[in-house]
This record gives sequence, C-alpha cells and structure tokens, in this order.
Amino acid sequence: MLEKIYKAQSLMDAACKTLGRQINIMEVCGTHTVSIFRNGIRSTLPKQMKLLSGPGCPVCVTDQSYIDAVLALADCDDCLIATYGDMIRVPGRGGSLETKQSSANIKVVLSSEDALQLAKDNPKKIIVFVAVGFETTAPSTAVAVKEAAADSTDNFCILSGHKLVVPAMRALLSGKNHNIDAFLCPGHVSVVIGFGAFAEIVEHFGRPCVVAGFEPMQIIEGLSEISKQLTAGKAELKSIYTAVVTEKGNTTAQKIIAECFEPVDGYWRGLGKIEKSTLRLKEKYSRFDALKRFNITEEPHEDMSGCRCGEVLCGLIEPPECKLFAKSCTPQSPVGPCMVSSEGTCAAWFKYGRERKQN
Amino acid sequence: MKGDKAVVDAMGNRWRTRTTLLPEAKLGDLVLIHAGFAISLVDEEEAKKTWQLIAEIDDFEETSNKVSG
Repeated sequence: MLEKIYKAQSLMDAACKTLGRQINIMEVCGTHTVSIFRNGIRSTLPKQMKLLSGPGCPVCVTDQSYIDAVLALADCDDCLIATYGDMIRVPGRGGSLETKQSSANIKVVLSSEDALQLAKDNPKKIIVFVAVGFETTAPSTAVAVKEAAADSTDNFCILSGHKLVVPAMRALLSGKNHNIDAFLCPGHVSVVIGFGAFAEIVEHFGRPCVVAGFEPMQIIEGLSEISKQLTAGKAELKSIYTAVVTEKGNTTAQKIIAECFEPVDGYWRGLGKIEKSTLRLKEKYSRFDALKRFNITEEPHEDMSGCRCGEVLCGLIEPPECKLFAKSCTPQSPVGPCMVSSEGTCAAWFKYGRERKQN
Repeated sequence: MKGDKAVVDAMGNRWRTRTTLLPEAKLGDLVLIHAGFAISLVDEEEAKKTWQLIAEIDDFEETSNKVSG
C-alpha cells in the first residue's frame, strides 16, 4: 500500500511541476469529500494541489424554495412527510422539519419503499415523499411511483428534487469564475449512468474525468491518474472503480428513470437555474407529483442570511472563508445545508479540517 | 430471495433489499445497495482486494497505535 502511495505522490509532484501553478481538482460527490477528510488525504498532497468540493451532496444542492415547500407541506394536517434522515435538520424560513411542532407529521424513512408502505398504512393521509438525490437514488423513487400507480395507492406523492450530475458539471465549466482543472467523478452515480456519461465533459471542455470509489486508495489512485493526464497535457475519460462501474451503467435503472421522469430546467443552490438538470414526473404519473397536487410554484428563494453554501458548492470558497462557519453555523446549530448533511463540505471541514486552517 | 425481494448480509448485519433494479442478481451474489435497492453486482476479485486493503489499514492503524503507545 505504501509503495502505491509513494508512486502516486511522485505523479502528483510531477503534475504540479509541469504545470507550474496551483492545480484544482474537483470531487463531485459528498461521499468522496467525507472520505478525503476522514482519511487525511489532503495533508498528503503537494501544496500546489487543491481539492475543491463540488455540488455532490444532494441535500446541499437542493434549492431553498424546495426546503420551504417541504416545510409548508409539513404544516398541513392532511399530510405525512416521508423523508431521508439528512433532510430533517435543513433550516428554512419556518425552522426545520426537526423543529416543527407538527413532528407527528414527519417520518424518517430509509427507502422509497418505506414511504410507499406508510401510504398504505395511513390511507387517510397524503404521504409526501421528499425525493432528493442524484441518479443513484432516482430509480428507487421511480420504482415506488410505478408501484403506487399499479396498485392505485393514490394517497402517495413525491416532491421530486432529483438532480442530474452532468448538467451541473457543464454549468460549472460554463461559468466565468470556475477554476477547475479536472474532475474526480462520483462512484455510485456512475454505477447507474455509466462512466461513458462523462465523455462530453472530456470532449467539450477538455477536462480529465476519472471515476473512483470511496476507499482511500481508490481516491489516491484517481488523483494519481488525473496527475498523469495533466502532466501529459491530456484529458481522458477513465474509471478505476472497476468493481462496480461499467461504461454503460445500470441500464435497467436508466430505463426506469426514463419511463417515469423527464429532465426539466431546475434550480440548484449556488448554481442557479440549470438547463435540463432536474427530474420531473412524466405526465402519465402526474397524479403522484406533489408540485401539481399542491399547486407549488418553483420560484427560487434567497438562501439563509449570510450563508455562503452556494459558493462552497461551486468550489469558489472554502468553508472557513464564510463568516458564519464554526461561529453561528455548526453541526449542532446549522444555518446552511452544507453544515447539516453528513456529506456536506462544511460539516466535513468542521469535523476534520479546522486544525489545518489554524496552521 | 423471493421475487424482487431479498435479504443481504453486510458483515454480519442483515438487511431487507430489493432487486428490482438488478434483475440479474442471484442467490449468493455480491451486490452494492443504495437506499434499499441493489444497484450493481460487485466483482468478487475486486471486492476481495478492497477487503484486503481494509485489513491492511486496520493492521497499519494497530501498529501505529502500538508505536505511539
């Protein structure tokens, strides 16, 4: 293992020397961010190599308007909110799901199947499933919607906040301020969409894209592969997460997404409106769409006052540059979503990265 | 396994899961689970490498603890 680490370090050193400037590599997955911090990978990198945390934490990229819509629905006596646990503490204008007095109306679920079961067990309530997540999670929501349609569980609906990773990467690279030299691409999103989906980022934008798993050696080898390409002045598509990622991905999951959802323009925290980046239920399943059932309009809301999660998500600032970080915004009392989620960049910095800043 | 419902073992913990998104999964396969659904088969050789790496890291951590007292 140590030999591999030394070899990787020499490849990274070579890339920094060849380019003669700071190299910025963005990891587009919250699980990578956490693994990088937990395993102390940042401290092993050359000083000129910087890792930027991208828009890869589902809760973090969810726009404030979505959070506020969920909170409003939680106040309806007829509704039961079924949510994954990491959404429960995200603050909105009316507190968070956790602080809502109507907490009897809020249930934490581990899968879309649990949410559907809640609908069957509570026929007098309308169950709203808080459907956030990228392409990895969207197929499981689609399965629940299809099953609700098949057995007419009409008191089940979803508020789709499902997002697509590649349009966000495209939007980042199309922005004026970006400083991204390469991407460490998400492992489990790639299981579903296949590593071939990143080809357009390599071809149109000339950025190396390397898919890696979440073990520390996978990340180090991923950075090492990126360094090799940067030294050679190349941009290539590669997956080193061969245990589970193929070029074409999980076609069954892709088909079920395509059957239930269509990509529409959607709002992202920090990135604003991105073309065809959000999944909305197709017309034939529209009776399960909470947007339609409750007449919810999608207007972007302003982020919480002083919160700079948006800039953090674009890799433009590091969390300690936000005035709220570790002062009024902590994991115990979060202001922005990046401090709430276990996959959030601010939470990872708070837990693992603060000593580094003091040095 | 029954239909698309299955039970998986994760280092001694048992979980209910669904194979709806991975219809090719068979009894005894190694699978990757996300949000209650199996989304991929895991290559056994690759999985062994990961387990070996985790064991190496555990050994390494134990050694460094001993050295540091």
